[in-house]
Amino acid sequence: MNRLTILLGLGAVALLVAGLWMGLVQAPPDAVQGEVQRIMYLHVPSILTAYLAFTVVLVCSIGYLVRGTRGWDRLAHASAEVGVVFTAITLFTGSIWGKPTWGVWWTWDARLTGTAVLFLVYLGYLMLRSVVEDRDRAGRYAAVVGILGFVDVIFTHMAVTWFRTLHQPSSLQRGTIDTALQLPLYVNLLAFALLYATFVAGRVRLTALDEAIEAQGLRG
Amino acid sequence: MNFLALAAEILRKDLRIEARSREGVNTLLFFSALLVFLFRFALGPTEAEVRQGAPGLLWFAFILTGLWGVARTFQIERENDCLESFRLVPEGLGGIYLGKVLVGCCLMVATELMILAMFGLFFHLDLWVATAWLVPVLVLGTVGFVAIGTLFAAITAQLKAREVLLPLLLFPLVIPVLLPASRLTELALAGESFAAEPHWLRLLVVFDLVFLVLGYLTFPLVVED
Repeated sequence: MNRLTILLGLGAVALLVAGLWMGLVQAPPDAVQGEVQRIMYLHVPSILTAYLAFTVVLVCSIGYLVRGTRGWDRLAHASAEVGVVFTAITLFTGSIWGKPTWGVWWTWDARLTGTAVLFLVYLGYLMLRSVVEDRDRAGRYAAVVGILGFVDVIFTHMAVTWFRTLHQPSSLQRGTIDTALQLPLYVNLLAFALLYATFVAGRVRLTALDEAIEAQGLRG
Repeated sequence: MNFLALAAEILRKDLRIEARSREGVNTLLFFSALLVFLFRFALGPTEAEVRQGAPGLLWFAFILTGLWGVARTFQIERENDCLESFRLVPEGLGGIYLGKVLVGCCLMVATELMILAMFGLFFHLDLWVATAWLVPVLVLGTVGFVAIGTLFAAITAQLKAREVLLPLLLFPLVIPVLLPASRLTELALAGESFAAEPHWLRLLVVFDLVFLVLGYLTFPLVVED
């Protein structure tokens, strides 16, 4: 790991510890839901980070299709992988939060379904990459899926306003969240963003090294 | 030859192949009949249950046969080593994309009408009241599905794992088209107007356009090597 990745990682861990302490210990429990609501400090930052990740995939996909340089493709690939992990975290924490508040682990609500679709789209993206051996071709095909997949991200986010659903609309956007609950959320959000940057930086470096090995003919 | 003439030429060529070989049309006809037949066994002995699930079942059958249809439009080209010659077409690949979308739509709408007729016949669904609304919904849903299906069929035709990969990529992405299409089909079959829920029609048209434009723009990038 290079110095930048280490710095990013240390920053992420420090902020995560602070954010979790603020959210799980210091912040007051929710007026209606009580202690259960504290899972929000993981659930909300993880989906927002996933959205960030897939936005990066979109930008890098366009960048790769226009410029054709490897850097764009490496970044898109890394970002998609990390985005899928954060989407999985969102689905898991949402499921754990759903059981005590809605009474079920899963429901076919528009937003939940949308997020599951998002997960499947980018799993398909990664699968497509894994079956195409030639890197340039894999990058080009994946970039097309990365751009189309983003249309689905928009669909997911709009789903709440277009359909009446069980899932509450974003509290941050409506401004209905109390300041005492807001601060730990923002700290965790920043922590997750740094964590994302750390993973992506590491993954990009790994791909670059892998390509260098291949270029020198050290692997068949 | 301009862009539209190229698309028309592709359409003419592919429809002629289908008309002469009849291999594809026969398979689709048999497969559709089999699907409709299976619905009865999957959903129990009463017709009412099948009729109730009709919109979903119909679209389920449409995407299964449609998947086969879009894959076929490129399978023909691959088998005859014509994918490479696409790259040499001086008018560019946009016209080829449009032509292939038209071919896919023709194959899929023809199959849909077949399935619909069989469905109406075997499960006593009154189709005549709904036709005026049903046909535009079928066409709009099909355009969205084929617009994106053609793009992915072009990608997967060049890969080894194409049979598995095409549905894996295609199905999650067509949900924004499938959802409004099946809901509008439900309204049409119930004889209700779309005015009560206008957002579904808007959603369907918007996604059709989005997928067509993105498909047109990115198709040359996945065929060129």
